[in-house]
Amino acid sequence: MKRLMGGDRKVTVGLVILAVMLLIALVGPVLVSLVLGQSPTKLHAGPALAGPSADHWLGTTSSGVDVFAQFITGTRVSVFVGLVGGTISTFLAVLFGLVSGYHTGRTGAALTGFVNIFLVIPGLPLLLLIASYTRGRGGWAAVALIIGLTSWAGGARVKRAQTLSLRNRDFVAAARYSGDKQSRVLFMEVVPHLAPVIASTFLFAVVGSIAAEAGLDFIGAGNTNTVSWGTMLYWAQSQGALQSGAWWWFLPPGLGIALVGTAAGLVNFGIDELSDPRRRTLRAGSRPKRRKVRRTEVAA
Amino acid sequence: MLEAVDVTKRMALHGRRRGQWFTAVDSASLKLESGKVLALVGESGSGKSTLARILTLGDEPSSGTIRLAGKEVSLRRRADRQAHFGQVQLIMQDPFASLNQLHRVRYILSRPLRNFGASGDLTDRIIELLERVNLTPGEQYIDKYPHELSGGQRQRVAIARALAADPVVLIGDEPVSMLDVSIRLDVLRLFADLCAQDGLAMLYITHDIASARYFADEINVIYAARMVEGGPAEEVTQRPRHPYTQLLLESSPDPDRIGERSTLPIVDTSNEPVDREQELAGCPFAARCPHAMPICSEQPPPTTTFAEGHWSRCWLHTES
Repeated sequence: MKRLMGGDRKVTVGLVILAVMLLIALVGPVLVSLVLGQSPTKLHAGPALAGPSADHWLGTTSSGVDVFAQFITGTRVSVFVGLVGGTISTFLAVLFGLVSGYHTGRTGAALTGFVNIFLVIPGLPLLLLIASYTRGRGGWAAVALIIGLTSWAGGARVKRAQTLSLRNRDFVAAARYSGDKQSRVLFMEVVPHLAPVIASTFLFAVVGSIAAEAGLDFIGAGNTNTVSWGTMLYWAQSQGALQSGAWWWFLPPGLGIALVGTAAGLVNFGIDELSDPRRRTLRAGSRPKRRKVRRTEVAA
Repeated sequence: MLEAVDVTKRMALHGRRRGQWFTAVDSASLKLESGKVLALVGESGSGKSTLARILTLGDEPSSGTIRLAGKEVSLRRRADRQAHFGQVQLIMQDPFASLNQLHRVRYILSRPLRNFGASGDLTDRIIELLERVNLTPGEQYIDKYPHELSGGQRQRVAIARALAADPVVLIGDEPVSMLDVSIRLDVLRLFADLCAQDGLAMLYITHDIASARYFADEINVIYAARMVEGGPAEEVTQRPRHPYTQLLLESSPDPDRIGERSTLPIVDTSNEPVDREQELAGCPFAARCPHAMPICSEQPPPTTTFAEGHWSRCWLHTES
């Protein structure tokens, strides 16, 4: 983390945004009810469809619910689904990609076939099917699980391709000659070289999961009684927020999703350095400044 | 110490030539002895590296056996392979590829030490290893990443890694060909010292017969999967019997050579596609040999033995 923080301003900004989002997700809902005294579900807390004011920082919905409280509470569901769904998806992608790439022969072929099957199953319809069956039972954790289980195949192919090229490198053979066990060769020699790929797929899996959760809720396939960015958009859309110009209603959840995506993109800039110690040392500032050779000196 | 007996490696072909086989090594035998260096000389694609991989269990021979200290080596069980790795170590050609750039020298050298018996704090052992390969002072190198070292230094680290397993046999697959000319000699001297002092047996694989002559006790020449000549280094380089060995020696520069080159011009077939099976039906060198006779491409030549263990496989030297 420190290594990542030390560098680029882009990376720092991305990490700060993600950290703030996580903080809001963890303590936000409590703060909203304790400090502001607002509830994300209390009807007629204020006038219907009122714009931002001192009482209601982001205005109210058509039924008079505080939008700010909804936004903060919705962050928790979205961020948690994103993190858990992204983690499940990345874990499966790494596991299947690594093993199917490293093992030639039957095991590898069988696993690759399995990955390919999951790759061609259309993810969104499957997601809709399962989600409309569970109908919000199991809460956000169930949604995260479904998203994670249906979205890992693409990432697995990427990791498989990388592993295929890494396993024939000399240093992998050398580790075997040094007597290292297969699992150690995989985790100490191959996986570190996959780190940037793993990290970037994780970030995009998180964003993808947040978007998938919001998408499910938006089309009403989730539980519309929970508060999330997706259900906010769902109600805003069904109550005609756009037509009545209630921008404070649909803009915050939309921007929230966009912000997380942007932050993930920014962090990605720093990930290359994970697997290149050369770039790390350059960053550390040990590089002496190159002396400029003046034209006159060269001419002389 | 380490012996290959009639080792053959055949590989299945893919694509248009599916179903056919390519013979990479054809019943090759060689024997490494403690304290001695055997050079295996041959051109690209002659099967040198395949043989090295087979000797280090990186690949399985199609037929033939590998014997270590008289006992046949089996590939089946992990414990057997592990025991073999502890005795026979490979030094690879490219020190830029054989060291993982994400690990420090300390980690790279600690792995074989740990896997082959050492425990506790290994710092002293690692420094000792580094100094054994002339990376002195060792403290200065132990916490470096490979990219902070030069090619020669990296290759020394790779040698130290091989030595860390405390092997009895070292196999160098063109260990100096990626190095700068000025440091090749240093690395070869290091090998020579290791063999002389620690009684290691070494197989030195190269395409450079001049360095083999300088450094090895014995030379085996391999051409197109088949061993064509072998014997004491001086004997083979001074009185080469096989036309291919003669060609190799002619093509290496020698400031002491007086007068014109003596061998006949050879046919250049290097641009023609190779049919290895057809080559191996007779003498594989027949197509390029200036002395080729009809029998050369029909029957494989038998082995003729000369003085002092010098042998060759060529129809020119058979009695009848």
